[in-house]
Order: sequence, then C-alpha cells, then structure tokens
Amino acid sequence: MSTKDDVLPLRTEHDVVLARQHVRRLTQQLGFGLVDQTKMVTAASELARNTLIYGKGGEVRWETLTEGSRRGLRLHFIDEGPGIPDLQQALTDGWTSGSGLGLGLSGAKRLVNDFDIETAPGRGTRVTVTRWK
Amino acid sequence: MDRIPILRMGDYLLVTIQVDMHDQLAMTLQDDLTTAVQRTGAKGVLIDISALEMVDSFIGRMIANLSRMARILDARTMVVGMRPAVAITLVELGLSLAGVDTALDVERGMRRLREAVEEAGGSIVDEG
Repeated sequence: MSTKDDVLPLRTEHDVVLARQHVRRLTQQLGFGLVDQTKMVTAASELARNTLIYGKGGEVRWETLTEGSRRGLRLHFIDEGPGIPDLQQALTDGWTSGSGLGLGLSGAKRLVNDFDIETAPGRGTRVTVTRWK
Repeated sequence: MDRIPILRMGDYLLVTIQVDMHDQLAMTLQDDLTTAVQRTGAKGVLIDISALEMVDSFIGRMIANLSRMARILDARTMVVGMRPAVAITLVELGLSLAGVDTALDVERGMRRLREAVEEAGGSIVDEG
C-alpha cells in the first residue's frame, strides 16, 4: 500500500516550518483540494510543534498511500520525550500542559480522517495521522 | 534577525505578513507591534494575512493576543484577507478568533478601521 517513505527532523522552530512546507508539497502532488491541503498542513504544524516542545524534538515520517482509486497521505510524528501521562486529558479541548491553547492534539485530530497515538511515560510519543483525498 | 516590517501611515500601522512564520517570528511581531502602538500613539492597526496559507493555533493566538493588547493601548485592530481555506480550517481546529475584527480585504478593512477609530474618538469628545 505504501509507495514512498521519507523523513525530516523536528529539532528547531525552523524545522517545523520546513515540515509543513513539505507536507504542503506532498498534498499538492497527491492532488488534494485547497481546503484538504490546508487542513493537513495545519494538523502537521500543530503536531510538529508538539513533537518539538513537549517531545523535546524528534522527526516526522511520511508515506503516500494508494487504496483502490483513492490516494492519501500518512504522517508519523515521533519523539523520545517524556511521553503523555494522561492521554484522555491531553486529547481534551483546552487542556494544556504548557503555554498553548490546548488545541494541538484535539484540533489536529479534527483535521484528519484517521488519528492514532501511542505513548507511555518515559517512552516517547508517536502520533500517526492520515488524510485521504 | 528576522523581522516583519511595520509601516506607519498617519494614525495607522500596517503590517503585511508575507512569510511562513516560525513561532519566534510571530512572537517578535506581537512584541514589535505592541511597542509600535505605544511609541507612535497609533489609533488603528491593519494586519493583512492574505499571503498566509495556514494559520495554526499558535499564529491564531498571536493574532488574538495582539488585538487585545492593542485595544488596551487604545488602538483598534483589523485582520484582513484571510483565505477561505484558512477560515474553514481554523473553525474546525477549534479557534474562533473571538474579539478579533476582520474584513475581506485591505480596502474594506481600512474603511472599517477608520470608522471604528472615528467613533471611538467622537465618544471621547462627547464625554469631555
């Protein structure tokens, strides 16, 4: 199902900008409409920032997907940071452990078709999101 | 250091965001604009975001904060030119930009900003 796989680092604020620009290009190559592009890029921006700030840096990996006639983009945001102790809480609108608005995870989830998160205290976090054209 | 230019035109400050901002750049703009409002005594701030292809929660929060800070310093803020795809995404993200005045383009935004400033100015005279 996967046709391509690659990776970018998320170590600085500039990396976050590069990552969302890359996601924009990928969605364009896949022929996403403008609204779908913008939703995926915005979700990527939120999640990349989480990886940088809460995960203490990490990376983003991506795969372009083909399933029958439809195409999609899957992104993995991976860090080896402290993990999320209370996932239920972290996915609640408005809850934040930092100085943000608390919309990062819950907001990103609303902007994609599939959202999956694996985390454990001290074992890092891996967020996987997919959006289909 | 990266900086977004702030133009002064009479009682108004104009900002056009034309780059994909990293978080620090957005914070610098917030500080620079707030300082400029105080320093110049500007009555209105117009922020053109028509070139922005994405507004995430961080940039959205910066815009909302800026609008509130300017208000406290007696200036009105108008955000203009938001792309439809950006507006759709912002609402789904959960960010309503409550309290932020918006207009479709620079011309309409400037007109509304002038009206708001004149209205505010008029009421001060009335009270005096």
